[in-house]
Amino acid sequence: MHSHILSIILFIPLAGALLLLFVPKDNKDAIRWIANIFALAGFLVSLPLVPWFWQQRFEPGFKFMEGGPNSWIPSIGAGYVLGIDGISFLLIMLTTLLGWVSILSSWTAIENRLKEYYVWFLVLQTGMLGVFMALDFFLFFVFWEAMLVPMYLLIGIWGGPRKLYAAIKFFLYTLFGSVLMLLAVLFLYFYNYHQTGEYTFSIQALYKTAPNIFHDPAYGVTYAILLFLAFFLAFAIKVPMFPFHTWLPDAHVEAPTAGSVILAGVLLKMGTYGFVRFSLPFFPDVAMHPKVRGWMITLSIIGIVYGALVSLMQKDMKKLVAYSSVSHLGFCTLGIFALNPAGLSGSVLQQINHGISTGALFLIVGILYERRHTREIAEYGGISNVMPVYATITMIMFLSSMGLPLLNGFVGEFTILQGTFIENWRWAAWAVTGVILAAAYLLWLYQRVFFGTITNPKNEKLHDLTPREILTFVPLIIMAFWIGLYPKPFFQILEQPVNQIVQTVRPGYPGTAGIVNASTSKGAPSTQVTVRLATEKPEGKQ
Amino acid sequence: MTPDLHLWLIPVLPLIGAAINGFVGRRLTRQAIVTVAIAFCGASFAMALYVALRFSGLAIPHLETLAPWIRAGSFQADFAFYVDQLSLVMLLVVTGVGLLIHIYSIGYMWEEGGFYRFFCYLNLFMFFMLTLVLASNYLLMFIGWEGVGLASYLLIGFWFTKDSAASAGKKAFIVNRIGDFGFLIALFLMIKHFGTLNFDRVFQFAASMSVENATAGLLTAIGLLLMVGAAGKSAQIPLYVWLPDAMEGPTPVSALIHAATMVTAGVYMIARSHVIFERAPTALMVVAIIGTLTALFAATIGIAQTDIKKVLAYSTISQLGYMFLACGVAAFSAGIFHLMTHAFFKGLLFLAAGSVIHAVGGEQDMRKMGGLWRKIPWTWATMLIATCAIAGIPGLSGFFSKDEILWRAYQASWAYWLVGVVTAFLTSFYMFRLMYMTFAGEYRGVTSDHSIVQEQAPARSRPSAAQAHHGIHESPRVMLIPLAILAFLSIVGGWIGVPGSLGGSNRFDRFLGPVFRATAPAVKPQHAAPGETAPPEQTTEGLESHTGRGTELAFTGISVFAALLGLYLARLLYLRRPALPERIAAALNGLYAAVANKYYVDELYATLFVHPVVEGSKHILWHGMDQGVIDATLDNSADATRHVSDSLRHMQSGNLRSYAGWVAAGAAVVIAYMVWTGTR
Repeated sequence: MHSHILSIILFIPLAGALLLLFVPKDNKDAIRWIANIFALAGFLVSLPLVPWFWQQRFEPGFKFMEGGPNSWIPSIGAGYVLGIDGISFLLIMLTTLLGWVSILSSWTAIENRLKEYYVWFLVLQTGMLGVFMALDFFLFFVFWEAMLVPMYLLIGIWGGPRKLYAAIKFFLYTLFGSVLMLLAVLFLYFYNYHQTGEYTFSIQALYKTAPNIFHDPAYGVTYAILLFLAFFLAFAIKVPMFPFHTWLPDAHVEAPTAGSVILAGVLLKMGTYGFVRFSLPFFPDVAMHPKVRGWMITLSIIGIVYGALVSLMQKDMKKLVAYSSVSHLGFCTLGIFALNPAGLSGSVLQQINHGISTGALFLIVGILYERRHTREIAEYGGISNVMPVYATITMIMFLSSMGLPLLNGFVGEFTILQGTFIENWRWAAWAVTGVILAAAYLLWLYQRVFFGTITNPKNEKLHDLTPREILTFVPLIIMAFWIGLYPKPFFQILEQPVNQIVQTVRPGYPGTAGIVNASTSKGAPSTQVTVRLATEKPEGKQ
Repeated sequence: MTPDLHLWLIPVLPLIGAAINGFVGRRLTRQAIVTVAIAFCGASFAMALYVALRFSGLAIPHLETLAPWIRAGSFQADFAFYVDQLSLVMLLVVTGVGLLIHIYSIGYMWEEGGFYRFFCYLNLFMFFMLTLVLASNYLLMFIGWEGVGLASYLLIGFWFTKDSAASAGKKAFIVNRIGDFGFLIALFLMIKHFGTLNFDRVFQFAASMSVENATAGLLTAIGLLLMVGAAGKSAQIPLYVWLPDAMEGPTPVSALIHAATMVTAGVYMIARSHVIFERAPTALMVVAIIGTLTALFAATIGIAQTDIKKVLAYSTISQLGYMFLACGVAAFSAGIFHLMTHAFFKGLLFLAAGSVIHAVGGEQDMRKMGGLWRKIPWTWATMLIATCAIAGIPGLSGFFSKDEILWRAYQASWAYWLVGVVTAFLTSFYMFRLMYMTFAGEYRGVTSDHSIVQEQAPARSRPSAAQAHHGIHESPRVMLIPLAILAFLSIVGGWIGVPGSLGGSNRFDRFLGPVFRATAPAVKPQHAAPGETAPPEQTTEGLESHTGRGTELAFTGISVFAALLGLYLARLLYLRRPALPERIAAALNGLYAAVANKYYVDELYATLFVHPVVEGSKHILWHGMDQGVIDATLDNSADATRHVSDSLRHMQSGNLRSYAGWVAAGAAVVIAYMVWTGTR
């Protein structure tokens, strides 16, 4: 089991999709049940990963490796290589969880072309998991592009009134970015051949050669920066960072609820994951280049403030949440380019948090939409009177999203801001304004939708949440409280990969080499961030 | 070995109560809801008493760690609790006054919808407030800090069907978040430079640093940023605007959160951080100036308010200003002393005001009251005690605490003292004005039942409808007993801090001594900007004997005179010659309008901040940038691509001759190019 667990997790959704192909499309209940069973199974088989991974969380390198380099298409050096570290582990768990939740939430929301819907959804699930598992760039690119198609179809077929515009915008935007990334990868591929005499797409091999471009007299800084920018464009569009974000509100507004959950919860994380997995280790010197880093930070901060301000003014609930994603993801990229352990681990944790909170926010909007078929804020008001359970759950998730302590958002934001502050206090000060604005746009939304008396007679008969709907929120609420109350395991899982990245980008950064003992930090006042010895494992193996 | 007191139970008990009422309260009877809420809050109070009893046997500060929380890199913050003299005082005030207000709420809220929700929120508030008080590090304190803000938001907006209540809750939360901006940055500074947020470690580092005078440094920056946070929570200039609006909440909430406990959190935080402030005279001076200005400013607004709760709200802001002033002149124990007595008499004032509102069927406008003292004698009597206490009538609690602050302020600068005394006069005036307007003279409201229903309040939000039929009546015993207990405390609460000049020994100051004196900087601040020469506390008693009791007694006499003058003036204007106030108001037309409209500060903020943000976001960012620039560029380039492709499409006509033509043209271009490059 150990050796093939990743493949099993990866292909269970696809197996479900294949099975669904043989079910008659009129048998709607069977389709629903099969899709839900496979989605749940996909989540359940990923659970054993948790204890297994926990045991080796401090060990260096990728875990659960499968396949070998060049094993797939030897002639071009493409291999079926899977493997995870703490970062991809958390993102995979988020994906399997959200995949199950969003398929469960589609039970009554989708009525037409049911079979295709679930088939594409499960295919999408495999595509996303593949992105987080692949350690071969060719394989990565296949998954990266493969998951574009189902998402395009989910928006284009089951979307709202402007679905075609939104779907094409989404598709072209992302495709445009990934084409440039492909070019950059080909450059790295040939550069690697140049250096080692071997053609390979193995990411671990490229890790060794790609950073040399910066210092290679034949290419040098300019080439390295151009390559970095090619990757940047692909990932920045996906995140999305300002000013590449305008596809997001359209895609979200038109996508069906479950599509929005996955889009915000997982798809956007591919951009931030790409930064962490590729941009930083491939081009460490570019990432530390003051100008490049300055731009990354500036765009992140603009994203935080701009996203929040535009969010404030939205009349459509879903658009409001979409713009709030721009703001939240700004925190994630800010943490990444703070380039220290606190910033990076906060960023990854915040990516998980965003998946949980914003995923829940889209579910929340979807619940009203399913009942009333409108997302206009002005159509609502006084909903607390008729849907108290729903109002309570919404309040909890809003608080989680705005970073109230004891809930998940606070831990992520605090850690990111703390890491950023160590680098430059001005960056942190700007970013904190986003925290203020988050309270403003969310509480104002809450007031307009839930408070007051019911003014619109159509809202008088709304029924509160069904048990199935409550079930979709339960895991998200549990996770929100868990991360808020006891984030330590998450930080431990992230410690090794994050330190390794920081060590790559900033060799000699205090505490990342794994030799500094935390207990010494009780000495004199120190700005150093010291980290527990990786082999010390104070918690002990279980 | 100090015993394990299970301190974590103190905050967690009310949390359990909140959870029970939150999850199943909807299905419980009112009796059951009340039992749960009171039992858990009472258990918490009992625990606090137990801690107080065991206190002398503890090694102070007493620290108990429950569980680790955040550990990222070397930085670490735990769920850990901390008791010293300062937190013990806060603990007893919060649980004690909290329990009384819980009991009072039974009567006040009995008729309300959402009964379980109210007690759930109230218990939740207790959880966060006690976390704030017992925290052993700034991050845990920040949890409580944000959490009480949340509870306050939920309780202000308790009558959420009322738009003004929902807006007030939101405003409170956002303004507090602006203050939290400062708090957060201060935390980051501490992490960056001290590597920890634990009180003992931070103070250890701070104590090892020298006093920062003209060259403001790290501690000054931290102090000023903490001050921003405190100004938000404790409603000081310029962030006080949320507190008057917060009166939209039920009156017990105003008493508990917006008078006795939560709003004093800022004062507590500054007192807790005294080690930092003592070494940052600039920050201290800012605290003192902000406090002084707020005290005076809010008192002047209080004069012209007609809503009984609004008067008390501005009074609270003003009194918090006194506490800030005390902290600002490094008289932390005086600030905490006033915090405690204020919790008694202001809590009582609000509860009594609630009793009045209850009696007259939801009316809050004092112009429609009058002559109530015969009808609700208990409320009148207790409220009179509280009024005398806040006005500084000798012998009552407020007299001692305020006198202590004024005396210490004078030692720092006569300017602080002067403003303080003027404020004391104003306080006495507006409070007796409130008393006369409410209780004296003839009843000015409409006695028949139909008109008493408040126009702006939802019918169900007022306890009145049924009672209005029976006319004005005294509140039930469950409400009067807390009033009586608080009245007792308002009288005797000050006796533990009688200063030496009045023949006392100021036991309160000595009790808090270990907290504030042990760490005071060894060297006095060398020189000073005006009013900054705060003497360290060690010298207090020396000063008393040297400058002489006579001086201090003379100053006491002046402040008593100011209080009596306020009383006299209020009596003159609102009892003897009730027509006079209007004539004065008319004569001072512009000034009166400015004061009555709270100096138009809300309008100013709306014009300066809210409006630009809202309109700018909408027109410049969203419509302008997002749709106008980015999307327009994209759509245009997409259109352009389509047009180009569209025209290129015509090349592929299927016409053989046109293909031949294109081939010839292409060949010609290639040849021309080769020739051109060849000739160079």
